Amino acid sequence: MSKAGITVATADTPAPAVRRLPRRRGVELALIVLGVLLSVYGYCDVGLAQHGTLPPGAVGYGAGLGVLALLAHLAVRLRAPYADPLLLPIGVLLNGLGLVLIYRLDLETPGDRAAPAQLVWSTLGVALFILVVLLLRDHRVLQRYTYVCVVAALVLLILPILFPAVNGARIWIRIAGFSIQPGEFAKVLLAVFFAAYLAANRSALAYTGRRFWKLQLPTGRVLGPIVAVWLVSVGVLILEHDLGTSLLFFGLFVVLLYVATGRTGWIAVGLVLAALGAVAVGRLEPHVHSRIETWLHPFASIEAGEGANQLTQSLFAFAEGGVLGTGLGLGHSVLIGFAVKSDFILATAGEELGLAGLSAIFLLYGLLVERGYRAGLALREPFGRLLAVGLASLVALQVFVIAGGVTGLIPLTGMAMPFLAQGGSSVVTNWAIVALLVRVSDSARRQHDGRVTP
Amino acid sequence: MTRHIRRAGVFCALLLVALLLNAARIQVVQAPAYDGNPANRRPDIARYEQPRGDILVGGRPVTGSKDTREHLRYERTYAHGPLYAPVTGFASQLYGTTLLENAEDDVLSGTHPLLVPFPLWNDFTRARYRGGDVVTTLDPAAQQAAYQGLAGRKGAVAALDPSTGRILALVSAPSYDPQPLSGNGTAASRAWRRLNADPDRPMLNRAVRRTYPPGSTFKVVTAAAALDAGVIRNLDVPTDSPDPYTLPGTRTRLSNESRHCRDATVREAFTFSCNTVFAKLGVEVGAADMAATAHAFGFNSDHLRVPFPVARSTFDSSLDRAQLALSSIGQYNTRATPLQMAMVAAAVANGGEVREPYLVERTTRPGGSTLAAAGSRPARRAMTPSTAVRLRALMRDVVRHGTGRVAAIPGAEVGGKTGTAQHGFGNSGTPYAWFVSWARGDHEAAARVAVAVVLEDAQADRGNISGGDAAPVARAVMSAVLNSREGVPSS
Repeated sequence: MSKAGITVATADTPAPAVRRLPRRRGVELALIVLGVLLSVYGYCDVGLAQHGTLPPGAVGYGAGLGVLALLAHLAVRLRAPYADPLLLPIGVLLNGLGLVLIYRLDLETPGDRAAPAQLVWSTLGVALFILVVLLLRDHRVLQRYTYVCVVAALVLLILPILFPAVNGARIWIRIAGFSIQPGEFAKVLLAVFFAAYLAANRSALAYTGRRFWKLQLPTGRVLGPIVAVWLVSVGVLILEHDLGTSLLFFGLFVVLLYVATGRTGWIAVGLVLAALGAVAVGRLEPHVHSRIETWLHPFASIEAGEGANQLTQSLFAFAEGGVLGTGLGLGHSVLIGFAVKSDFILATAGEELGLAGLSAIFLLYGLLVERGYRAGLALREPFGRLLAVGLASLVALQVFVIAGGVTGLIPLTGMAMPFLAQGGSSVVTNWAIVALLVRVSDSARRQHDGRVTP
Repeated sequence: MTRHIRRAGVFCALLLVALLLNAARIQVVQAPAYDGNPANRRPDIARYEQPRGDILVGGRPVTGSKDTREHLRYERTYAHGPLYAPVTGFASQLYGTTLLENAEDDVLSGTHPLLVPFPLWNDFTRARYRGGDVVTTLDPAAQQAAYQGLAGRKGAVAALDPSTGRILALVSAPSYDPQPLSGNGTAASRAWRRLNADPDRPMLNRAVRRTYPPGSTFKVVTAAAALDAGVIRNLDVPTDSPDPYTLPGTRTRLSNESRHCRDATVREAFTFSCNTVFAKLGVEVGAADMAATAHAFGFNSDHLRVPFPVARSTFDSSLDRAQLALSSIGQYNTRATPLQMAMVAAAVANGGEVREPYLVERTTRPGGSTLAAAGSRPARRAMTPSTAVRLRALMRDVVRHGTGRVAAIPGAEVGGKTGTAQHGFGNSGTPYAWFVSWARGDHEAAARVAVAVVLEDAQADRGNISGGDAAPVARAVMSAVLNSREGVPSS
């Protein structure tokens, strides 16, 4: 079955002929148009709320976003005609909304304009999306590059240690005025590596090795490389003070291990390790320790007479939003100060769009993740399944870690909200993720055998 | 594998549910607590995002708003800060609001529910409505006259329209300019520290927030109580009073500044302000009746709002006879705000009825339509009409040929009463000089104005302090009112 590949069913294929799934490219186009229109509407709304006039760049902005989305759509139509029709529109809408929010915050910080750069990065991201869709004809090609991926990921992770720390975290490298977060790219590469390696070794992981009480522990030969890679990446991240990404990798590792082997024991081991790691890091790292203190006592700084801290300001912003929000351009989330356009971008959405808008954004992410999982379920070969689940889980975990952080659900760890937040590396990476999901879902729907409908 | 993918999917769904529930918790359940947190600057930003409504005197705004283009955008300005400070108070971004700025804050800042076109409208639109205006009852000429009269002095003036209770002038000296307090910078905090450190306490509104022993001006109340209680029936019959008068149950002897007080008639005693006669009258009336009359004039009330609260004027009701004697001449524990003593004069001028004083004629929407009007205030009878007629005569005599001659105005009927209140340990403080009065133009049906003036730093000798010091201020205020347009409320 897994050898069926991408070849279209031919005359020799025995009956009964499976009815092909509709391609749904028209739906995709309609949704893209809707996404672009919503973004342009948001852009105009900001201008009207702030100055009472349409912003001067509205037409250019809408046209730019529209052309980008259209090109991406054409690439999908050309090379991935069976792809899930929701993936690209969700990416377009979230990216467009992110641009609107950043443009809106730029109005409050005239000295620091981030939207133009973000537009450039979005263009690069869509370009990467088109490249991946055009050039990567079959996702299984990636399996050949398992070890290239892991080496590249480790290099990208180690690179920023050589560069000076920015705001307490060594996760940036600066080249020619551009700040790049290599860790963002590394996470896609690691997802590919985990998926490929686990697909190749899942039987060995699941069925060999010693039984230890109720846990089936695999042999060190099989488990060794993967634990080593994971340890190195997490170690590097702790050295770089980027707890969010390390949490993300860890979660991805546990989820894929569980899906690949079906051993509940992995979850137990994962939770124990996570708890140990959290306690150790919380004790040892003053940077992390203060984050946890802030999470537990968000009002401590106010009671100490030092005024509201960032997290409290973020909570104030969400609270001000209420159910319906203040309206785009009418909130005061800029009070959060530093990182308002990146890590805390969601607070602006929460204040100005309210619980309604925030829930809509969460549901968009949920839909994106769900489409990824569906593609994974529909595929029959393990690499594709693990890749789809891994990429979708990356998005899910990242959204949870940062959104939970800024809303006070879990301790705050600096991370970019996918598509929404200011940050070029993040936008480009997320477009790559969507491109891979498009590719995987195209395979899934193309070879649909009538069992699980993607 | 499929089953495990599904389970992992369920896990992701749980994360999504956790995010949604937590968002609802913050944005709906806990939102009011966050919104009300003092460190949350949003309410301040919203409050100062638009110009504040104005306070109008004589049809012209005496306040304004300045666009600072800062985070807290609009700052309060005052056209004649010190002149109207005892009425407007201040509206500071750092120190809150006082007086009218405080009492009418909902109208001025645009949060008054009636400024909203429909109920619950604001909950949807979140629009903030422009603040309305507050139209005061003040007579600018009277206010100016009182302010000039107190220039360089320490004291207060309150003037009322006796028939309605409209406050025509309210001045406290020394005054201050509220404008430097408006902002939120270091200039504001410097001004705040300076004003609070000033020993003369310029931010204290002496006209309504400070009580003084009313001294002889309280004899108006004592006379009203005595007439109403029937203790005296004829103003021109000798009262059988000794001079000096030994306070009942003590050996303390009370004497007079004037020499005409032994066995004086009530008319003579009132004209020349005989302590002995009125101390004895108060004792004869009794504590209960004295307290009842004082209460009817407005003493011992905590509830007077004009619309900002007025300090309680006191007349003790549990007194022994010696204390009652002293209380009846406005000493001992008897204390009154200048506004309260203006109400006493106004009651006499208004046929015995006290009209509750008020400062806000009406509040308007930004367009000028009326939001709320003052309406008629309840009237309270402080004395019978016949007593009022007789008291008017007594007060008129004080101005015609008694201690208040300085207050006489040609072409007007003026009644008054002087007062000198001793205070401090062993009466060592500079006495307070009082003058309460009312005036009616000769061609008018009713008195147009009642005034109370108190000076804390009277310099003249005790015999004629009030006539020489406080009465000219009262006369200037009364003239200003009588000369301003005929009885038409300024609008």
